[in-house]
Amino acid sequence: MALTKEQIASKTEELKAFIAAHKDIDGPLMPIMQHAQESFSYLSMETMTLIADSLGIPVADVYGIATFYAQFSLKPKGDYVVSVCQGTACYVKGAAAVLEEVKSRLGIEAGETTPDGKFSIQDTRCLGCCGLAPVMVVNGDVYGRLVPADIKGILEKYDA
Amino acid sequence: MENKTVTLTVDGVTVTVPADATVLDAAREAGVNIPTLCYLKDVNAIGSCRLCLVEIQGARGLQAACVSPVAEGQVVTTNSPKLRETRRMNLELILSNHNRECTSCVRSGNCELQALCREYGVDDYPYDGKLSSEKYDDVSPSIVRDNSKCINCRRCVATCNKVQGIGAIGVSGRGFRSEIGCIYGESLADSPCVYCGQCILACPVGALKEKDSISDVYAALASGKHVVVQPAPAVRATIGEEFGYPVGTSVTGKLATALRRLGFAKVFDTDFGADLTIMEEGAELIHRLQNGGKLPMITSCSPGWVNYCEKFYPEFLPNLSTCKSPHEMEGAMIKTYYAEKAGIDPKDIYVVSVMPCTAKKFEAKRGELSHDGLQDVDAVLTVRELAKMIRSAGIDFRRLPDSDFDSLLGESSGAGVIFGATGGVMEAALRTVYEKLTGKTLDDVNFTAVRGTAGVKEAEIDLDGKKITVAVANGTKNASNLLEAVKRGERDYTFIEVMGCPGGCVCGGGTPIVNATDRVYIDLKAERAKALYAEDAGKPNRKSHENSEIKAIYADFLGSPNSHKAHELLHTSYSPRAKYSKHEA
Repeated sequence: MALTKEQIASKTEELKAFIAAHKDIDGPLMPIMQHAQESFSYLSMETMTLIADSLGIPVADVYGIATFYAQFSLKPKGDYVVSVCQGTACYVKGAAAVLEEVKSRLGIEAGETTPDGKFSIQDTRCLGCCGLAPVMVVNGDVYGRLVPADIKGILEKYDA
Repeated sequence: MENKTVTLTVDGVTVTVPADATVLDAAREAGVNIPTLCYLKDVNAIGSCRLCLVEIQGARGLQAACVSPVAEGQVVTTNSPKLRETRRMNLELILSNHNRECTSCVRSGNCELQALCREYGVDDYPYDGKLSSEKYDDVSPSIVRDNSKCINCRRCVATCNKVQGIGAIGVSGRGFRSEIGCIYGESLADSPCVYCGQCILACPVGALKEKDSISDVYAALASGKHVVVQPAPAVRATIGEEFGYPVGTSVTGKLATALRRLGFAKVFDTDFGADLTIMEEGAELIHRLQNGGKLPMITSCSPGWVNYCEKFYPEFLPNLSTCKSPHEMEGAMIKTYYAEKAGIDPKDIYVVSVMPCTAKKFEAKRGELSHDGLQDVDAVLTVRELAKMIRSAGIDFRRLPDSDFDSLLGESSGAGVIFGATGGVMEAALRTVYEKLTGKTLDDVNFTAVRGTAGVKEAEIDLDGKKITVAVANGTKNASNLLEAVKRGERDYTFIEVMGCPGGCVCGGGTPIVNATDRVYIDLKAERAKALYAEDAGKPNRKSHENSEIKAIYADFLGSPNSHKAHELLHTSYSPRAKYSKHEA
């Protein structure tokens, strides 16, 4: 769900307070960026500019870190984040075909969000339950021993 | 702790160096040249290119000398079969995703990577891989970035951020896909970039260069138009380097001859425009002083600085002098005064400026710097571009006889000459303002307090009893420090000179590129400035208002400084601009 204007305004105020409380610690940038990512589900130009200006560093530095670590996103994440494990165990059990099926069903690439803001796809590394390989997680719901044919039904549960 | 030293040996040579030195510093002290690529003295020391590797007795593995601190009794080896082999392999790895079109590269013959490959006998490409980026940004009128040649050394990033305080570029992505550029892959044209071009001077390879204007100039020369040229003060103090002269050699007479031989119809001199600027800017300062105008007045000659002011300090735009920069004034006079005298339709005149500057290319295209639908200046060549033209025209620069600039807009005073060095505009202005304001003759025209290469200089000037405080900043980061002090109310000045590049125009982004190793040993700012101050000292006339062609242009054409006509042709104003034009609120 896209954030409303009011939500953005209140989250921005809250981020400003967080920055004020953290800007003088050692290495303030990462915790501030993580907080912003969690709060907004992504780092917008406005958010990155606010962080950069508050810390007296170029926006290009914030952008560089945002594109370095997979935990940050430059685009809003969907209501449901579909994480398809591409770790070694899942991979040998056919995770690539599962990911392909998710991508074609949703019409987006990994790292992208559907135009209606409902789903995002993330290709992740090991989720820690290799016994269930190949594994996919949707907002904390774990689905294991998947075959491509399972995907349609799983996605329909969230697309009500 | 202070003055503590340590003694170590480098390749068997015993050296004593300050305790906070690096192994690289110590090696240089010992007369040993360790190869570097990502290292840039005082700017970038990150140990990432892996070419300055050395063996330090007792240390595990090879160490990067540029980031290794010295220690008492250290035994360093910089030249061994293992080191030579490792360095060569690292060069081969750098080449594996480097666009190796050396023969057509702007930096061929002046490329640090090419030079190291020659030194280390790289004779093959054993690791022939994909390019990590082929991004080519030539949208801006000043700077071209070609990431297919970028080796991710980050010297440009450090220069933009740490030296200039701008931060237009950074590293994005990770691993093989990491690359240098603006946010969201946007162009420099949409970024906070002020086009100073200091990144070009920092680049060891051909990933950064000026936007080409040579083809425009050749086309104009072949078009039958009346093509007129003017070189900036700093050109005469720097272009000699392109032809093998030592840094700091003034080649004014040869420069004028070379320009004439290239086929320009008239060879005028931006130094005249500098004298004209002083007449206008001096009168403007006196007017502001006497009428409660906005102070401090800040110079507006440097287009990198003007861009910076528009994007970073718009609150100081009312402080900017309304004067156009010297070559724009010269251009405006060529298309009016000279056109009238010579009986040429201004539409048929094409004005070429030779500048030590990349921001001037952008400046020349500004709507604020035009008159009657004609740009004051039509094309801007950097010093490097002019040197290329001279070479390709078969002109043997070193054997050229000296000649003078053409009259009407070619005479200059010593004050006009020193415009190319930090503090020069201030000193030139003070020489004229003193005499105009007091009606007295200056005993000593040398205002040495505003000379020198310090980032910020301050002086109290006694104008025959009336004291004014002035400041000079060079490099945009130094300008920022100065303006912040003014904003906080800690400093109060009457007049401020700002030049966008460290050292002023003589070290502008369009000057000859000096490699990182030579930059350790040669103080470019000081040496190049010396050439200008020597030329000033040797001039019979050292004050702008005593230039006979300046007197003539006011008598015949402009009337008086800041007259209605002068305002129409020689003055302008600037407006705030967004740092990120694609993300304007």
